Amino acid sequence: MADTTEFELVSPERLVASEQVAMVVVPGAEGDFGVLPQHSPMISTIRPGVISIYSNDTTNVSSKIFVAGGFAEVVGDRCTVLAEEAVAVSDLDAAAAKDRLSAAESALSSASSDGEKNAAVRELAIANAMVSAAV
Amino acid sequence: MASLKDLRDRIDSVKSTQKITSAMKMVAAAKLRRAQEQAEASRPYANGMDKVLASLASSAKDTAGAPALLAGTGKEDVQMIVLCTAGRGLCGGFNTSLTREAVRLGKEHQAAGRTVKFICVGRKGIPAINRNFPGAIVETFLDIDKPKLTFSKAAEISAKILEMFDNQDFDACTLVYARFQSAIAQIVTAQQLIPFAVEETGDSEDAGGASASYEYEPDQGEILADLLPRNLSVQIFKALLENAASEHGARMSAMDSASRNAGDMINSLTLLYNRSRQAQITKELIEIVSGAEAL
Repeated sequence: MADTTEFELVSPERLVASEQVAMVVVPGAEGDFGVLPQHSPMISTIRPGVISIYSNDTTNVSSKIFVAGGFAEVVGDRCTVLAEEAVAVSDLDAAAAKDRLSAAESALSSASSDGEKNAAVRELAIANAMVSAAV
Repeated sequence: MASLKDLRDRIDSVKSTQKITSAMKMVAAAKLRRAQEQAEASRPYANGMDKVLASLASSAKDTAGAPALLAGTGKEDVQMIVLCTAGRGLCGGFNTSLTREAVRLGKEHQAAGRTVKFICVGRKGIPAINRNFPGAIVETFLDIDKPKLTFSKAAEISAKILEMFDNQDFDACTLVYARFQSAIAQIVTAQQLIPFAVEETGDSEDAGGASASYEYEPDQGEILADLLPRNLSVQIFKALLENAASEHGARMSAMDSASRNAGDMINSLTLLYNRSRQAQITKELIEIVSGAEAL
């Protein structure tokens, strides 16, 4: 049995990460889930949050990456995450995230149509997750 | 006959034109390489999306209550055509052939009694569409590649399309763009975006087998509903990248032939210049000689 999983994080513009990991914890739409080797095949949507990568063992986090939603596909020894926005947590700017949060809040309060409101709610969730990740 | 000075001026002017065209060719070549790299980098995402979507869609398509983005609205009365052209000219027949395809599609729909609406991405398609279909352009996106073509620009376009689709402004949507084949060959392609045409892959049995064993979280229908709008952005982004690469390829070959033409022109003008110069010298000599003889 293989003791590592091949983890790939892909954004529309580039391949963000591709490495062998012991475990990866993904913020699924219905709760975080950890992917260990031999995970059963699944597809899940992702809420805005932080992906934790455990590259050597399952106790120490080696890197964290913020994603703004997307979906994950797990097959056998491979875990592919397709994310629309992916930034390493260490590169997150707390001030910029707060700016984005307040911009999203004002967009929500001024939204007139349902479409605008939905977009604002989504943006607000992303900004919220970003702020809590950046601290 | 043109005087020597006129000829000299023309040679100079063609020379400076040649300098411009060869510089543009070099710029286009550099941009082409960058556009190709960008297209390359975006491929893993699009492939992953395609794979998941294909396995989801094939099982969801026949069930009742499939999302409208996949199944369509059941009508095809109002057709939306998204035309992607370049923002600038000087790239050979690139813009013309794209616009021609869009106009042809539009006329076809009109002949079938349907209403046609247009979204123009890039400046160059607008005049021809306005001429052929006055008032049919509902939205334009200009300067999307300035300073750089990013996914968020594509997401902006798809958000607008989705908003209009939700408002039931149109029933089906087609994207017209140039698929990049090589620097000298671009294939004008019309791709149906809404309802989304799932590509029937040859190894459908494999996909079917894999999809049967997946666990879905939250559930298949919800994932599909979440995925389809994202997929629209991805498809548009892919098309825009292809289009950008095609544009630079087309400009490169157009500027290459322009530089070559300028070179030919300089040669023939120089030949003409030298001939006239010699003819003038000969004429002056004859005048001097015959003048001396007359004395």
